Amino acid sequence: MKARRRLSPVLYVLPALVIILLFRTIPILAGFLASLADYDIGGFHGFVGTDHYRRMFTDPRFWLSLGNTVHYVLGVLPAGIIIPLGLAVLLRGGLRGGSFYRTLYFLPVVTSTVAVAVVWTWVFHPEAGPLNQIITMFGGEPLAWLREPRGIFELLLAPVGITPTGFLAGPSLALVAIMTVGVWKSIGYNTVLFLAGLENIPKDCYEAAKLDGAGRWASFRHITWPLLSPTTFYVLIMSTITSFQTFALVYVMTPPPGGGPLGTTNVLVFYLYQKAFDRFDIGYASAISVFLFVLLLGLTMLQRRFGERKVHYS
Amino acid sequence: MRALRHVLLALGAVIMMAPFIWMVSTSLEDGGFANYTEAWNRVPFGLFFINTIAVTGLTVLGVLITSALAAYAFATMEFPGKGMMFTLFLSTMMVPQPVYLAPSYVLLAKFGMVDTYGALIIPWVANVFSIFLLRQHFKTIPRSLYDAAVLDGCSRFQYLWRVVLPLSRPVLATVVLFNTISSWNSFMWPLVMTHSENLRVIQVGLSYFSQEMSGNYRLLMAASTFCTLPLLIIFLLFQKQLVSSYTGSGMKD
Repeated sequence: MKARRRLSPVLYVLPALVIILLFRTIPILAGFLASLADYDIGGFHGFVGTDHYRRMFTDPRFWLSLGNTVHYVLGVLPAGIIIPLGLAVLLRGGLRGGSFYRTLYFLPVVTSTVAVAVVWTWVFHPEAGPLNQIITMFGGEPLAWLREPRGIFELLLAPVGITPTGFLAGPSLALVAIMTVGVWKSIGYNTVLFLAGLENIPKDCYEAAKLDGAGRWASFRHITWPLLSPTTFYVLIMSTITSFQTFALVYVMTPPPGGGPLGTTNVLVFYLYQKAFDRFDIGYASAISVFLFVLLLGLTMLQRRFGERKVHYS
Repeated sequence: MRALRHVLLALGAVIMMAPFIWMVSTSLEDGGFANYTEAWNRVPFGLFFINTIAVTGLTVLGVLITSALAAYAFATMEFPGKGMMFTLFLSTMMVPQPVYLAPSYVLLAKFGMVDTYGALIIPWVANVFSIFLLRQHFKTIPRSLYDAAVLDGCSRFQYLWRVVLPLSRPVLATVVLFNTISSWNSFMWPLVMTHSENLRVIQVGLSYFSQEMSGNYRLLMAASTFCTLPLLIIFLLFQKQLVSSYTGSGMKD
């Protein structure tokens, strides 16, 4: 018996397919083309080959924003791994009230970046903000925070008479303040990932170690850390990918025009945004997009390549 | 040892919560609740809320429809080009939003969609992660159920509607929650794609408000509080489901 006339399978996929093709695939491909073209407010003016890429690599503002982004990523990663790992170890094994803490830590993850950026801008406010009030309460010098263009290493090393310059001066205090918020916002997320990773470590490993007389630190060092390495690697790559895309925090905490004191918080995506939507230099902005894409794709590949294979020896 | 763990965890919780506590306490300084009404009336936050609710609601509805249909086809049917289409879908997931932002603007401008509700909704009514999530679940539903339903005279579409979807409520809830949060919190896209105040969503409205009001922190904290409150409530109600759906997704905002 022939089945009733059925909708073709393609019709089921069609709505999603049309949207994905129109609003993902086509813009992504168009971006590659635009990076090779002269495209501005007046529209398309012909192809220019690799001009935008050559311009990019000689553009000091591009290098500044790339340097700021690298500072941001390198600063956020260690704290974004160590703090959540510590919290996950503390929360491990069904501690009473554990889910309560987990909920609190996770709150910043779901809160909008704009709202938390507004709140933290006030926390860092030089005159009215609570942070400087706490510092002065303990007899410290108030800091300019989001208005401070000097590098963190420059500030820290000033008392001993060393003045590092350029990239070595480190991220500006303004960028460090933004990094703090980035870490704060991601702690809950990474903690939950680490918790899930910890649950996967077999209990008998620890019992065996205990019999061998291993202490807490030894069992962390020789069991937890190596067996957790796939999770750690995943967290590391994911945090790197999101950190490279920071935009809203920078936009709200050091509002345009500018990108912070002396451009020291101008990160890659913020620069891309300025080029595309203040200058309407779509061609050049697309070249920056392609650069970002290749960078992030490389990281994703790295995750695929090494993440699947277990990193530890068991 | 147990006590020490609690002390450390509580200390962590205080640090994590401090900004929220400062936000609420500052919003209530000098004038208390009057700060809220003043902030609410200073710029049309009511309109921004209606815009956000409409955009989020329609986006989530669209995602549910397109994802359920596509996932159903990918999970249960064979058709030419299936593998290629699925790969195409997954590959777009690896491309982050800033990469296609500028060309999307140009494209939307060509369609005459810049500065319309359409620009905020239509590009987002398909979500690959949701398709993937639903497909994985649909695959677990035993084939024998389908054969039995067909014997009872059920068509393929009716089977999706009457059997598959009711069996998938928890996954559908995850899809709804996940897309609600990302749509509600989305900032860069509406910032770029709309210009007029009438179309502003609360994230964009709040960021402009923060530039205009810089210095008036009582009003800013009041506005931040009422802008975060709806999601805060949703989070507290569904937190268990949310935490797991978030961490499975590999995306944060």
